[in-house]
Formats: sequence, structure tokens, C-alpha cells
Amino acid sequence: MIYLDNAATSWPKPPEVIKAMADVLGHAGGNPGRSGHALSIKAARVMYDTREDIARFFNSGNPQRVIFTTNATHAINIVLRGLLKPGDRVVVTSMEHNAVMRPLRYLQKRGVEVYVVACHESGLINVADIEKTLNTKTRLVVVNHASNVAGTILPIADIAPVAHRAGALLMADTAQTAGILPLDMAGTGIDLLAFTGHKGLLGPPGIGGLVIGDRIDTGQIEPLILGGTGSQSEKEIQPEYLPDKFESGTPNIVGIAGLQAGLKWISKRGIEAIRSHEKEITGILIDNLRDIAGIRLYGTLDPALSTAILSITMDNKTVSEVGLTLDEEFGIMSRVGLHCAPAAHRTIGSFPEGTIRLAPGVFTSKEDIYRVIQAIKEAGKS
Amino acid sequence: MSELGVVLFYTTSSAIQAEKVVVKEGLACKLIPTPRQLSSDCGISLRFSWENRGEIESAFKKTDIEFDAIYHL
Repeated sequence: MIYLDNAATSWPKPPEVIKAMADVLGHAGGNPGRSGHALSIKAARVMYDTREDIARFFNSGNPQRVIFTTNATHAINIVLRGLLKPGDRVVVTSMEHNAVMRPLRYLQKRGVEVYVVACHESGLINVADIEKTLNTKTRLVVVNHASNVAGTILPIADIAPVAHRAGALLMADTAQTAGILPLDMAGTGIDLLAFTGHKGLLGPPGIGGLVIGDRIDTGQIEPLILGGTGSQSEKEIQPEYLPDKFESGTPNIVGIAGLQAGLKWISKRGIEAIRSHEKEITGILIDNLRDIAGIRLYGTLDPALSTAILSITMDNKTVSEVGLTLDEEFGIMSRVGLHCAPAAHRTIGSFPEGTIRLAPGVFTSKEDIYRVIQAIKEAGKS
Repeated sequence: MSELGVVLFYTTSSAIQAEKVVVKEGLACKLIPTPRQLSSDCGISLRFSWENRGEIESAFKKTDIEFDAIYHL
């Protein structure tokens, strides 16, 4: 079996992640922040320590500005629906996921002006094209740090100063890059970073977060979900203090423990080592598939400009036929179709058919990749 | 037993952060349920030896710990 669906969720998980989750459920099972007993405090310590680990990992500053969410979609929704008001302009790229586009189309109906900057067919963007769309009404620029369809990495560090000069904030959707590419919020000027725990960070599904940069006034962001926080319990008004303002309801402490173990595993392995392995195997995949007649490759076709994602189509077969053949005959797990990102497929020219997405990960070996190449050649013939 | 003080916080997260800072300073402390006679925003508070009050306050200042109030028990 070869798992090539790491862009959907990474698998397998390091044993340390599974152990940390079992440990917290077995030995620190209290509700953090709701009670003052030993098990509750133990759970609260795991939660706070993980905030510190996240703040260090993304170089964001104050750990109280790390907000735990269920996933990146949730984090993105907090910002889009909490920050944007009728009359505001928001600028996004044409490579965004529906996690961004659906809330924005919803807000557009309510008076928010949504401007989509066209990317090149490879998924790359001209930063000057973003700059042209910025005006004094622009509240926010949202950038998919790397495409979940083509893997194309967008130059977030070049976009940040452009957004800031116009008085706009920059949010990065790092669903495909957290744990895969180095991310330095203070260094690159990312104001708001949405991440998920279950992809590159190697944690379980159901945990993610929003990291808020130190210079952001959080008074301008309304909470998406309101409720119990364990603080200010005598009041029926949502607290303004962070992280509580954005963290109502019992948190996913088991997921947080798994995320913490994932971060530790990545730090030990080294993000540069992970990146260089993924670059190498993606390069092998591209080099061996690009000249085969009847197979079309999408994206930059340069592993230095993309994450470990390769989208392909075959002239003589539908993507679903190929996906089924790879799974049933070769034990290769890929994802086929539109990958929740119609805008990205329109950009790279694969709409509405979609693509076969090959997404290796940190545990994919070179031998696996050569087997995949052979299988794709055979799937094309049969 | 020496006299005790308690620090009240706005959030649990700050209480945990404060505990780490105090422990790092080599001072004794314990997270306890906030005494009911004291009104607080947060369910847990940090109990400490009153004689260490000055050191604890300056450690909080140094590390930007947000707290609500300090009481002498």
C-alpha cells in the first residue's frame, strides 16, 4: 500500500503522536480551565505548553494569541466573518480553497467587496497584480500559501509589505505548508496565520488554529462562536481577553496533545530535512511522468516552487477511472476530482474534470515513488 | 506556616503561563480554585508565599504576564 493523499490528511502519524493522545486521555483527562483540580490543571498545562510551542514554531510572539480551532477552515472563518464588514474590500488569489471562497461568497452577498487576482496557469502570481487591486477600503489580503491542487507556493514574504503599505492585513492559509515549509510570522509580516494540525504538522484531525500577530488589534475581530470559557463566569457577555474570546466550549485536549507531539517530531527531524526529502521525491515524480504521451501534468513542474503535490490527467481515461485503478490494482491511494478548490482548477485549466492528485509525504520513500511511476504508466495503457 | 497571597487572572491560559514563570524563578506556588470570597474572571488562581510578592510581581512585569489582582489571604 502506498499512501499518496497527504494533502488531504497525512498518514501514517508518528507513534509519538498516538502515544501522546492516549497519555492525555488516560492521565490528564480533566477539562482545562473549567475546574481547579489536579486533572483540570494538568490538561490546562498541556494546552498552554502547546500554545508556546506553536508560537515558537511560527515565530509569532505572544502565546496567548494562539487560538485553537477545529481546523484551518474554522480559523479562516473566524477572520473572514469576524473582521470584514459591508463596504470592506478583501483581495484573494485565484488559487484559493473553498475554505476561503465559500465564506467570501457568503459575505459578498452581504456587502463585502471580493476581488480575486488571477494567477498564472502554473498557479504562480505576479505581486504587482495584487498591488493594483489594493485601495483604502482593502481590509484584508488572503493568500493560499501553497495550493492544495498544484502545490504552487505563493511568495507570502513579498505580498506582506504590499498589503501593509495599503493599510491591509495579510492572512496566510497554511493548510498545505505548516510543517512542510519554514514559516516565520514576525519575519515575513504575516498578520494572521490559519493552520491545520492533521496535515504537515502530523497531528490528528479535529485540531487546528489561528495565530494572531502581535501588532493586530483583536478588538476589530468579532468571535465566530460564543459561549463558556471558564473565565468571567458571572457574566453573560463574551470576554475580550485572549485566547478565551475565540475559544468557547470544551477544547479538543486530545487533539492538542497530538499536535504538540507532531510539532516535537518535526522539530527533531528538522523542517529543512523534511522539505528536502519532499522536494527530491516530487522531482523524481515530475521527471518520470512529464514526457509520457497522454499524461498531462499541472503546476510549476519545479519542486523548488511547489510542495509535494502533483496533479495529472490522462487523455484517454477519466480521473475517477485512474484513481480506482491505482487503488484497486496497485494499492496506491490518491485523490481525484476537484479537491474543494474550483477556482484553482479554473486557473490551472483542469475545470470541471479535475485531476488525479499525487501527494507524497515525509514517510513516502523513493522506492514508493518508482512504484507509483510504474503503476501510472500501466494504468494509462490498460 | 508563612502568610499566603493569591494572584487572580483573566484567563486560565495566563494562570498557567504565570505558574511557569514563578517556577522558573525558583519560587514555590500552587494553582488552586479561585477562593470564592474573591471575585475573579478565572476559575484558577496562583497561591504563593506572601514574602515573595515583590519578586513575583517583577517577574510578571518582565514577562508581560497579564493578571487581574493580587490578594493577601
